[in-house]
Amino acid sequence: MAPDGNMTNGFKVVGTRPKRPDGVDKVTGRAKFGADAYAPGMLHAAIVRSPHAHAKILKIDTAKAEALKGVKAVVTRADFAEGLTGENWNILENVMAGDTALYDGHAVAAVAATTALGARDAAKLIEVEYEALPHVTDVDKAMAEDAPVIRAGAADKSVPEGLHPNVVRYHESGHGDVEKGFAEADLVIEESFKTEATHQGYIEPHACLAQLGPDGKGEVWCCTQGHFNVQKVCAALVGTESSQIRVTPSEIGGGFGGKTVVFIEPVALALSKKANRPVKLVMSRSEVFRATGPTASTSMDIKIGMTRDGKITAAQGIFRLQGGAFPGAPMEFTAMCAFAPYALENVHQIGYDVMSNRPKQAAYRAPGSPMAAFAVESVIDELCNKLDLDPIEVRLNNASREGTKASYGPKFERIGLVETLEAASEHPHYTAPLAEGQGRGISCGFWFNHGGETAVSLALSEDGTVSLSVGTPDIGGSRASMGQMAAEELGIPYENIRTTVADTATLGYNEISHGSRVTYASGLATIKAARDAVKKLCARAAAKWGIDEDAVVWEDGCAKPSGPNAGDFDPLPLAKIARSMGRTGGPIVGHYEATPEGAGVSFATHIVDAEVDKDTGQTKVVRYTVVQDAGKAIHPTYVEGQYQGGAAQGIGWALNEEYIYGEDGRLQNSGFLDYRIPVASDLPLIDTVIVEVPNPGHPYGVRGVGETSICPPLAAIANAVSNAAGVRLKGLPMSPPRILAALSAEADG
Amino acid sequence: MSMIHVTTTVNGDEVEFLCDPRETLLDVLRDRLSLTGAKEGCGTGDCGACSVTVDDRLVCSCLMLGAEAEGKSIGTIEGMADGEDLHPLQEKFIEYAALQCGVCTPGVLVATEALLKKNPDPTETEVRYWLAGNLCRCTGYDKIIRAVLDTAADLRKAS
Repeated sequence: MAPDGNMTNGFKVVGTRPKRPDGVDKVTGRAKFGADAYAPGMLHAAIVRSPHAHAKILKIDTAKAEALKGVKAVVTRADFAEGLTGENWNILENVMAGDTALYDGHAVAAVAATTALGARDAAKLIEVEYEALPHVTDVDKAMAEDAPVIRAGAADKSVPEGLHPNVVRYHESGHGDVEKGFAEADLVIEESFKTEATHQGYIEPHACLAQLGPDGKGEVWCCTQGHFNVQKVCAALVGTESSQIRVTPSEIGGGFGGKTVVFIEPVALALSKKANRPVKLVMSRSEVFRATGPTASTSMDIKIGMTRDGKITAAQGIFRLQGGAFPGAPMEFTAMCAFAPYALENVHQIGYDVMSNRPKQAAYRAPGSPMAAFAVESVIDELCNKLDLDPIEVRLNNASREGTKASYGPKFERIGLVETLEAASEHPHYTAPLAEGQGRGISCGFWFNHGGETAVSLALSEDGTVSLSVGTPDIGGSRASMGQMAAEELGIPYENIRTTVADTATLGYNEISHGSRVTYASGLATIKAARDAVKKLCARAAAKWGIDEDAVVWEDGCAKPSGPNAGDFDPLPLAKIARSMGRTGGPIVGHYEATPEGAGVSFATHIVDAEVDKDTGQTKVVRYTVVQDAGKAIHPTYVEGQYQGGAAQGIGWALNEEYIYGEDGRLQNSGFLDYRIPVASDLPLIDTVIVEVPNPGHPYGVRGVGETSICPPLAAIANAVSNAAGVRLKGLPMSPPRILAALSAEADG
Repeated sequence: MSMIHVTTTVNGDEVEFLCDPRETLLDVLRDRLSLTGAKEGCGTGDCGACSVTVDDRLVCSCLMLGAEAEGKSIGTIEGMADGEDLHPLQEKFIEYAALQCGVCTPGVLVATEALLKKNPDPTETEVRYWLAGNLCRCTGYDKIIRAVLDTAADLRKAS
């Protein structure tokens, strides 16, 4: 181990592929997800939603619903806390509309009844009188002068004067002199791109079981990426204190960012409070599409200059993101990620956060970054084509490295972009021959990764086994990797550790499972908690032996005397110290609480072969290779799974998936039949290469892996499709009608 | 509305229940029989998370009414393991990490078992088309396909 406690080799458990602790539960149907909880006396709830994209709510008449047999409570906005400000007000406004419905699907009332069918019947009896208002759902139209104003005064101080009130935040960053850079280029390409909103598409709809008594004490069971956040938000929205609401996270049936947001739990609590009975609330798939967070849709202008030999002289991007009827579209991430893979002397990026009459956008795996990569990497591909340069060589020649001043400001520490590009160029895929009608595309992608507030506790049992409690819901197999890291430190078998995602009453505050932070931050906290336990174990051994604590080392799961005492006493294994801990000072628990800030950024390079049928516009991805820097892969199989999952979601985003709004501002495809995510027969096997360039900010070098995997696919596929079709595709998704339109526009010249 | 009395067989056990005529088989399995392994991902037959077998035929239990179960034999994920012995598909799914969040897994397993009964030696393409009605958003299907093909090979060797 290095003096700073970091280790990069000599692992015994880390890097192996043990079975996940939740495996048997999940293959037998025993695992309990959000909708799998039941309580005695439980009611079922249903939500009434606006059929209008934008409408004044004139009157809500609940009398008929309340008169229906079995109905126990009806709530509207009047049943939630008053006087909220800032983000809490925004969340409440989204959870239950105030005086205006802001998008098709916006909640306006809710009802609880003794049966689920009864609740649905009652919801239909709630009469809402609306006055329709003008609406806008397209990002460019929402910025136009004549666009209806979603909410006057929503803009913050960052927005320059003269912009439409729907522009609510503004970002500008970069360095150097782009005009000078463009003048130095041999070729400058300027193009505009658009991407439609997509949904995270987790298979499990949002679900919760909640209870709030007249004593103000509440319990919530729900599928969420962040139960501590649910606790905080629920307390604010129903008007009680955080510690009075205990939230237990269920197994989570996919999140990808979409379950970082609170939608239904406060509604279930408000209904429960009124009925004084537990209330279960489960969204339908249509509700998930209409009223939870899709991504932002975008409109982007990119300008890049390059010399004949492939040096990028300047890059500029304008990124307009529509994030629904609330501020928060991640345009600063889009702007900051756009050119991050490249060491640029001259770079400038502008972002606009634009409101429209759509549901509030939510994070979706590296929020904002994939769209930026699509636009930027498309232009770089076009430059390579026009200048007849190899796309990997150009990227290598311009690649960000350790010490590069990033396009978004800071200097990069140790990073692995070059290593992914080298691995991609050496991969047999890159030089494999293409068949007729096929094209190859490559792209790089970047994501920051995140640390965040984290608390972990590790308790020893008398038999020498260990209970590890973490506060970050397991969205990708993290219980296994936490167990591996604890086993590594303690020197005991992986099987002797049981990792649990603990409720809000058991641990200190843990930030949401987002930002690819879990294996990094909860992993770091697990390692430190294990080291804390080891210190205590060594102290018990020292006391038993009557030697100094500093003269005891921990090796292979045993306390051993060291220095002058080396060999004087037999090693004491963990189980032996644990057996007597009640008599030698009490229970031994290691813990760690911190806000780790050393999350290492990560890069990936993807290679895609696509085949385009020019008659139908249909595209088939025929070969896919992901190369990504994991820092250190704790459980390589689960790292591969993240790479493959991100690539598959990217394929859907690139080729099929989009929110389709009608002229009336209503969502037209709120089901899996019309919003088609990739099915098994759409995809090829997805090859993966794990590159390991250790992150100096983690004891084992871990970088987050979950999000970066979705950054390159949109661009890599667009490049493959454009190269196969012989025409540049500038809008996502590249569905057959869009490809046919691009082909016919090209033919018309 | 008066309830309907239904007698049926679930995982080999005779079962009786009362249900509203509008309740789906999925509603009945989950809310009346406490068999929550089948999941509702869409309620419209698009995602396959509610897959069960009815008289050995693979169906989406969200598309069938509970009342239609009268006299049938229903198979759910809860009946797949033999006591403490997991089905080879279940073992292989864990070994291959053919699941991440696991919410689609019961449906995928039920569908795959039905496939292998019909076709013990499927090609990769056949597996992909058979499972095209079971949406998985986490894995990109790669490890699922590999696990299914490998289990099929094992089962052929064993038989």
